[in-house]
Amino acid sequence: MLPFILKRVFQSILVLVITGAIAFSMFTFVGDPIDNMLGQERTMEDVERLRAQLGLDKPIPVQYFKFLNEAAQGNFGVSYRQGREVSEIIMERAPATLELAALSAIFAIVMGIALGVFTAIRRDGFAAHFIMSASLIGVSLPTFLIGILLIYMFSVELGWLPSFGRGEVVEIGGWTTGFLTESGRKALILPAITLGLYQMTLIMRLVRSEMLEVLRQDYIRFARARGLSERVINFRHALKNTMVPVITVIGLQLGAIIAFAIITETVFQWPGLGLLFINAIQFVDIPVMAAYLMMISVMFVVINLLVDILYAFIDPRLRVSAK
Amino acid sequence: MTEPVLSIRNLTVEIPTRRGLFKPVQNVSYDIFPGEIRGVVGESGAGKSMTGNAVIGLLDDPARVASGEIWLKGRRIDNLSREEKRAIRGREIGMIFQDPLTSLNPLFTIGEQLVETIQLHLKVSAAEAKERALALLDRVSIPDPKTRFDQYPHQFSGGMRQRVVIALALCSEPSVIVADEPTTALDVSIQAQVLDLIKELATETQVGVILVTHDMGVIADTTEQVTVMYSGEVVENGPTDKVLSAPEHEYTKSLISAVPRPQVKLHRFPQVSYGGRETTFKIEDLARNWHKPEPSKSGKLVEVNGITKKFLEKSAILPSQRTYFTAVDNVSFDIKDGEVFGLVGESGSGKSTVARMIGTLLSVDGGHVKFDGDDVTEMSAQGIANYRKQIQMIFQDPFSSLNPRMKVESIVAEPLLHHKILPPDQISARVHELLDRVGLTRAAASKYPHEFSGGQRQRISIARALATQPRFLICDEPTSALDVSIQAQILNILKDLQEHLGLTMLFISHDLPVVRQMCDRVGVMKQGQLIEVQDAETLFAKPEQEYTAQLLDLMPRLAQLSG
Repeated sequence: MLPFILKRVFQSILVLVITGAIAFSMFTFVGDPIDNMLGQERTMEDVERLRAQLGLDKPIPVQYFKFLNEAAQGNFGVSYRQGREVSEIIMERAPATLELAALSAIFAIVMGIALGVFTAIRRDGFAAHFIMSASLIGVSLPTFLIGILLIYMFSVELGWLPSFGRGEVVEIGGWTTGFLTESGRKALILPAITLGLYQMTLIMRLVRSEMLEVLRQDYIRFARARGLSERVINFRHALKNTMVPVITVIGLQLGAIIAFAIITETVFQWPGLGLLFINAIQFVDIPVMAAYLMMISVMFVVINLLVDILYAFIDPRLRVSAK
Repeated sequence: MTEPVLSIRNLTVEIPTRRGLFKPVQNVSYDIFPGEIRGVVGESGAGKSMTGNAVIGLLDDPARVASGEIWLKGRRIDNLSREEKRAIRGREIGMIFQDPLTSLNPLFTIGEQLVETIQLHLKVSAAEAKERALALLDRVSIPDPKTRFDQYPHQFSGGMRQRVVIALALCSEPSVIVADEPTTALDVSIQAQVLDLIKELATETQVGVILVTHDMGVIADTTEQVTVMYSGEVVENGPTDKVLSAPEHEYTKSLISAVPRPQVKLHRFPQVSYGGRETTFKIEDLARNWHKPEPSKSGKLVEVNGITKKFLEKSAILPSQRTYFTAVDNVSFDIKDGEVFGLVGESGSGKSTVARMIGTLLSVDGGHVKFDGDDVTEMSAQGIANYRKQIQMIFQDPFSSLNPRMKVESIVAEPLLHHKILPPDQISARVHELLDRVGLTRAAASKYPHEFSGGQRQRISIARALATQPRFLICDEPTSALDVSIQAQILNILKDLQEHLGLTMLFISHDLPVVRQMCDRVGVMKQGQLIEVQDAETLFAKPEQEYTAQLLDLMPRLAQLSG
């Protein structure tokens, strides 16, 4: 088991070094930030001074090494636009995105698995057919459209929920949370559904088809022949086998939730990382973009590492071959 | 006389289809007495398993019991509710399935699965259930039950898993066990052990056993009573020795005569001729368009010289830390022009690995394979392509060796297109000719593989293998997945092809009687080594190695049928 984890950790580090190179290369290839930072009225001296100050005059390998070294310590330099430490800006914005992503992930996983199992067990029932047809909407409609439709229905027409922002937030030790106030909780509902809907339908359809496959297996027939009840067969024997492939996909989708947050945050004017990133792109604020890219890739890599470990935990066959 | 523990009376099962009611089981009656093993024999589709499923109340929708009665210990059980039937399953009637590799849940330890079943039926504490589980594992002769208890199914071999399955079926001391082809997926030697275990248990616990099988040898060895089924109906019923020695029904006679005999070599495999399904087609036709293969330079078409294959067992960063499993260890033999060379041995003995190395599907870790004097292991890519055109393989499982998304015509045409043997406009005609040769109609060309039975699919595989007009054919257990009656047809086709086309063949099987009928010379493999090579007749008459003698001894025999 331990060599397996070490091997995966090693692979994860390799992935991060490569994404680091991509993030860094943006500094050299995506426009010249000096053009943006200094206005039309600039002298050659100003340009040279700022270039030296930002370290842009050094050879590229030196810059890359410096970048990696500092990135590893969580230091991504100074935002070209705001003139503040990037890590500080990110820390300020991260709670909004992480709370939103966590809530939509829970929504997607819980509802996805529950509905998937339901539609697999009652596959010929009316309700199952209805859910399956309705799920096509979740898969086919783009996120921004779902967001706008929800805003129209629940904010504009019914006036139940706010259409933008995080509502009131409470600060606890540098972490701002919307869970503790009523307006904060209300503000989370629509964005969380918008963000999680696609993942939920995806997980649901996957769970359903995997479950149907598992229910056809001989060991399920044999479990029936042993007289086990349908409940034990469905929720103990079948569900665990269903989860093996589903967990991989859930892992990948969790990363996608954070990445997709960009669109949802734009629609709901959610003060999170996605909105920060969009603004950074408009302004060619490369340190922010690089930091965001690195952060997302760290998350992807960590989640997938955890998924692989979980996978081995569920499936004993993998534990042995991984030894 | 004791009362029967289970009685089936005039049972009919029907399945509504678009073309009306289909009755896979019609008017079937038989009894099982305590401690008795009743064999139910017949070809696939005869309704044997369907009867078993009806007994345990596990018919798949939309099949249903249309009429008839099933009585268990004086209680009628066919008309019970779902819940009542479930309560009987496992407690009163145990079940053993064909494939021990798939009948255990891979994600739970065998201990968990046993305890779960015991607690369900016996209402005992977890500790008592564990004690009983350990006793059961011990009873079915699993060594070291305490350690095995916490292991997962994949850590058991096929035979051991079938023992676990038997232990599970015995959890609550059932009165009847339905064993559906319990040893079909197992080796001869493991099969003998498992059947012995079932016999012992029947005597010891007085459980009645329904043993469903298509293997006449198993019936002869194990059962006291036998029921012969043909297309849903019971055609003969009686004590095993009487039915086997003096069959009354034509189908039974024909079925018994189709069993390959280990004792004598016959020119052709007798086919099951009942029901007018014996296929007749002229194999002579196929020699017409066939270029007789040129004789090889040395008279030996294939020379295998000290080949070895190692598989990585434990991976490690340092090469010195890695451990390997030697699947094939320094194996050498020659196959002469026009000869059928058989390889026999238990599963895991390396037979298929040898075939795959000769077929260049696996690389060779040591030694050489020469084809018509050219060393295959040192060939260029061009040479390999040319070599592959001259050899073809037929695999064991006709269900997975044909692409389900391709029509039969495309499947058979593929080697012709790949090796650029014919211009595209002549391919269709050649495909039809090939299908004719293996006894399939032209209409077959536009169908998909799932529309065919196992035997027909294996014919498609043969047609595909013949498409390139190979000089050398590798058959890896070509009939192990088939019924006796279908097996005879396929083997006859292979035999005729071999004789008329002068094909050279490597024939791999664990079925010794089949090997005796098919092969000129036979090699015996044990744990990766080739321990004996003999003329087939000599090998069966007086084997040199003790291991070979053991293997021959384990063959289920139709002792009553030595003629």
